[in-house]
Formats: sequence, C-alpha cells, structure tokens
Amino acid sequence: MNSSAPVITVRNLTMAYGNFVLQRDLNFTIDQGDIFVIMGGSGCGKSTLLRHMIGLKPPAAGSVWYGSDNFWELSSEEQASIIRKAGVLYQSGALWSSMTLAENVALPLQHYTDLEPDVIAELVTFKLSLVGLAGFEEFYPVQLSGGMRKRAALARAIAMDPDFLFFDEPSAGLDPISSRNLDQLILELRESLRATVIIVTHELASIYAIATNSVFLDSNSKTMLATGDPKTLLQQESTHPTVLQFLTRGTGKREVCTV
Amino acid sequence: MTRQARYTLEYPHQGTLIIRFAGTWTLHSNIPSSQELSSHIGQDINSIAFACDELEKWDTRLLIFLKTTLTRAYKHNIRVDEDGLPPGVRRLLTLSKAVPEQTASSRPATDNLVTRVGRSTLQAGSQLREIATFTGEILLALLGLLQGKVSFKPRDFFYFVQVCGVESLPIVSLIAVLVGVILSFVGAVQLQMFGAQIYVANLVGLGMVLEMGALMSGVIIAGRIGASYAAQLGTMQVNEEIDALRTMGISPVGFLVLPRMLALMLMLPLLCVYADIMGILGGSIIGVTMLDLSLIEYLEQTRKTIQLSQFGQGILKASVFGILIGFAGCLRGMQCGRSALAVGEATTSAVVTSIVLIVVSDSFITYLLYR
Repeated sequence: MNSSAPVITVRNLTMAYGNFVLQRDLNFTIDQGDIFVIMGGSGCGKSTLLRHMIGLKPPAAGSVWYGSDNFWELSSEEQASIIRKAGVLYQSGALWSSMTLAENVALPLQHYTDLEPDVIAELVTFKLSLVGLAGFEEFYPVQLSGGMRKRAALARAIAMDPDFLFFDEPSAGLDPISSRNLDQLILELRESLRATVIIVTHELASIYAIATNSVFLDSNSKTMLATGDPKTLLQQESTHPTVLQFLTRGTGKREVCTV
Repeated sequence: MTRQARYTLEYPHQGTLIIRFAGTWTLHSNIPSSQELSSHIGQDINSIAFACDELEKWDTRLLIFLKTTLTRAYKHNIRVDEDGLPPGVRRLLTLSKAVPEQTASSRPATDNLVTRVGRSTLQAGSQLREIATFTGEILLALLGLLQGKVSFKPRDFFYFVQVCGVESLPIVSLIAVLVGVILSFVGAVQLQMFGAQIYVANLVGLGMVLEMGALMSGVIIAGRIGASYAAQLGTMQVNEEIDALRTMGISPVGFLVLPRMLALMLMLPLLCVYADIMGILGGSIIGVTMLDLSLIEYLEQTRKTIQLSQFGQGILKASVFGILIGFAGCLRGMQCGRSALAVGEATTSAVVTSIVLIVVSDSFITYLLYR
C-alpha cells in the first residue's frame, strides 16, 4: 500500500438515533501511522463515530472507506476480514468476565491461527508482558484493578498484531500517572507494531502528548469544526473559537497544557 | 441563640423600597412567605435595594426567597440594586444567571397519536426481523457444528450442562414429587367413591408422563436457566463484551448462544424423564399410605397403563420446551440495552416469554397428537 494514501477516509458521514441527528457531514482522512484523535465534548457522538468505523453500527448516511473499499457496501465476509485487522480497546475494557486473562488474549489467536497451543501460550505471555502484566495469566478480570483491566484489554486488542488500533476513552477512570503510562504504552506500541491508532478522548494532556491528527466534533452545530494536528490547531488564527475553548480548557491561552 | 428570620420594608423616598433582612435565613429556619413580599412589589415602586446588616446566617434558602422577589421585580421593570446583599449571595445570584439555558431545539416535540402508532408498527416489524435473523444465525452455527466446526469452548458447554442438569435435580425432585402427590389426592377423592382407588395409579402415571413432567421441568428451567441466560448475556452486552467478540469476528451466537441452547436441548428431556419417575413415586406415597394399596400393586398398575410412546410424547414436549426456553432467554439477553434497568427487563421478559411459549406450544402439540 502507498504510505501517503489515507488508510481510512470518512465521507459525508451522518450519525443519528432515529430522528435525532447527532452529527452530519463529517469528512476526514487518517493516514498510515497516524495517531488520530476524535475529540469533542461529552455526548457529541465520539463513541458512536467509533462504532461506525469498527463496523458495529451502520451510519445513517455517508461512508467509511478502508483504503479503496467502501466498508458498509462490502459483504459481511469482506467486512469481517477488514475488522480482523483492527484491535479495539473498549471504554470499560470489555474483557470476557468468564475467562482468565490468558484465555482472553488467547481467544482471537485460537480462532484465527493454526498455532500450536504452546506457541499461543508463549504469545499470550509475551503480549501480557508488553503491557506490564506478566504473571497475571491465571487471574480473572474481576480480580484486577481498573488500570490493570485496561492494560489487559490492550493486550487482547494487540493479540493479532493489528494494523489499526481503536481506543474508546483509554484514560477514563485512570489517575494522571496511569493515564500517562498508558499514553507512553500507546506510543511504543504504535512504533513497534507500525499500527495506525484512532483514539476517542477528551483528555487534553494525552491529546497534546500523542496526537498527530484529529477531528473535533461539536454538539451544538452538530458537525465537525476542525481537523488536523491539535498543536497546530492551537496556534492557527483560523481555528474556530469553540475548538480553541476546548483546547485551552476554556482559558483562551494558547499554550500546550501538560501534566 | 439564633433569631427568627424576618424582614422589614422601608420606604425612604417615593417609589423606593428597601428590604431589610434580619435573623437566620437557612434551610432549617422558619422563613416568611415570599408571596406576601411579592404583593408589596407593584406598579408604584421603581427601585429596590437591600439591607443586610442584621442578617446573621444565610444559605440557599435565602437565595430562593430572593429569586422569587427578583423575578417579580424584573417582570415589573423595577430597578434592583443588589449592592446591599452579602458578597456571597451576589456571587451565587450571578452564577445562577450565568449558566446558559439548554437549547430546547434538540429535543423532538411530543409526537401525535398517528406518529406513535406508526413508529410502534415499524418497531414490531423490526422485532420480527431481529427474531428471524437470530434464528438464522443459530441455524447457521448449528450447521457449522454438524460440519465439525466447534464455535465455542467445550468447557463452557459442559459447565452449562452441569448447571442445567445436575444442579437442577433437587428442585425438580421436590416439585415433581409434590405434583404427583397433588394429582393422586385429586383423583383419590373421586375414585374412592367407586372403590376404584387402584386407578389413581393410572391418573398419576398418565398425568405425569403425558403432561406434568415436561410442563413442570419446563417451568422450573425457564425460571432457573432462561432467566440466568438473559441476565448473563445482557450483562455482557452492557460491558461491551459482545461488541468485543463481534469486532474480533467471533460470532456471539456461535460462541455464547449455541452452547447454552445445546445444553438446554440435551438436559430438559432428561430432566423430564426424571420428573416423570419422581411424580409417580410421589403418587405412590399417597397410594400406599392413604388408599390401602401395596407398592407392588401400585407400580404394576402404572406399568400396565403407560406405554413407551406416551413417554416419548412427554420427551418430545420437553425437547421443544428446551429449544424455546433457550431461544427466549438468549434472544432477550442479546437484545438487551446498555443499562442495569435493561438487564432486569431482559430477565423478566425472558421468563415471561418462555412460560407463554411453553404453554402455547404444549397445547399445540397436544392438539396435533390427539387430532
């Protein structure tokens, strides 16, 4: 694949629940290797946009393109083969509560590869050690803290070495230090897996720390107000005032906030 | 000692009103009615000021009182001078005005009757489509299983078999024995009048084998297992666990629904046979202790009455019930919304749906067999 061509393109996307329109006319592209942030206030439809992109819910109108494939026009087998290349970290972790961590991480491997059980076991241990959970193989999700569950879910998301990593509010419910460690982990994983990362968040510190591209959804105008590198958006004069308010936590001072 | 909340009105010049607050104005104190004060604010006043030098303590109770007064003052275009109020009160008043009103445009207007009827009709249609899709997915998963593709963990399946089978035995025993006892009581009263007590064995035997064994184990399993399936799947829906399966390309129906349904389809006929036997034993207890029959006599009479095909009838019913309970429980669980309330509704609805389906299908099968 040509590395300069966008890997994901969203065109004229409209999101709606029944007659209630959440967002309309969303247009943006995500390039290979981007860390793309979907940002915006609470309830503006960030997570719904993610669900449209990972094939859980068809959009009311418009299209999502993976390379040159119009995702929602594909047959369900072709959709499945695209989604198989994606790892998703859900807001609540969504680890399967009836299985141990090892079984959670192993399930996609057992399902999609013909690897020997002992190879899978080694892969599982390795993925868990990548997220700092070596030795927790036989624990059940309920026995872990919130931060550990997030990391375990991350290990499951990267089980199949995905091309795309989707994160839904990865730092929700984490303390600032755990949240920063998670950011570091995301950066390292992108480097080592050469994956494209798409993150839904409103955590400004992580936005500045890791984002290379972004889209800003606004719930009042029901459409996107900006797309681009958030640090550039912060400096540009042409940036919409609402976006600026968000990026400066309402202070209007154009400086990068860090933890 | 705190003093009673009160206010006095002063008119220093024509058209000017000074409201002087005194005492304790808190949620726990007795506050004068703001209605009375409002009646003093009318056309003849053009400016209002406040004096609070005798005010001892205040909280939001004072603010509520002030709000009413201020609203009335603004309505009559009276100038209000807030300088006399304590700084804290002024800040809170400003804050309460600063919060922008939610834009009402995003909320749809309440629909009229025609729209609502139309929407419910469409919803009913999409419900049917959902049920059809779900049935199709189950059949596909089953077909895959027959071709040797196991889409679930065998361990899960055996776990469900254990919960649904072995662990249901105590409650099924109790209920089946008692149903046998009840049947034989009901029969005994009538049959004793003709001296035909021995036919109690026929009544209990046929009643259990043809009807009550399957029906009772079905109802027990609907409550025990159908409800728990709906709750398990519903909770997994809330935790996004089902989404996580979908995005990994693992069919939730094959992975979660199929082992549950198979366990039920396998165990309910077995439970039914067990319930039949327990019911006959229950009946024999009454026969032996109250009707002066010997146990051998009773069991021999039962053996003569019941044919294997009649056992088969009960087992057929139980198999159908097993499919229906598993279907209703799993369907409601998979349809569950994303809240604790929705899980509760899914559970209730699973039990109600199962029991309705059991009774309806029971009458249907009985009709077909005796037509």
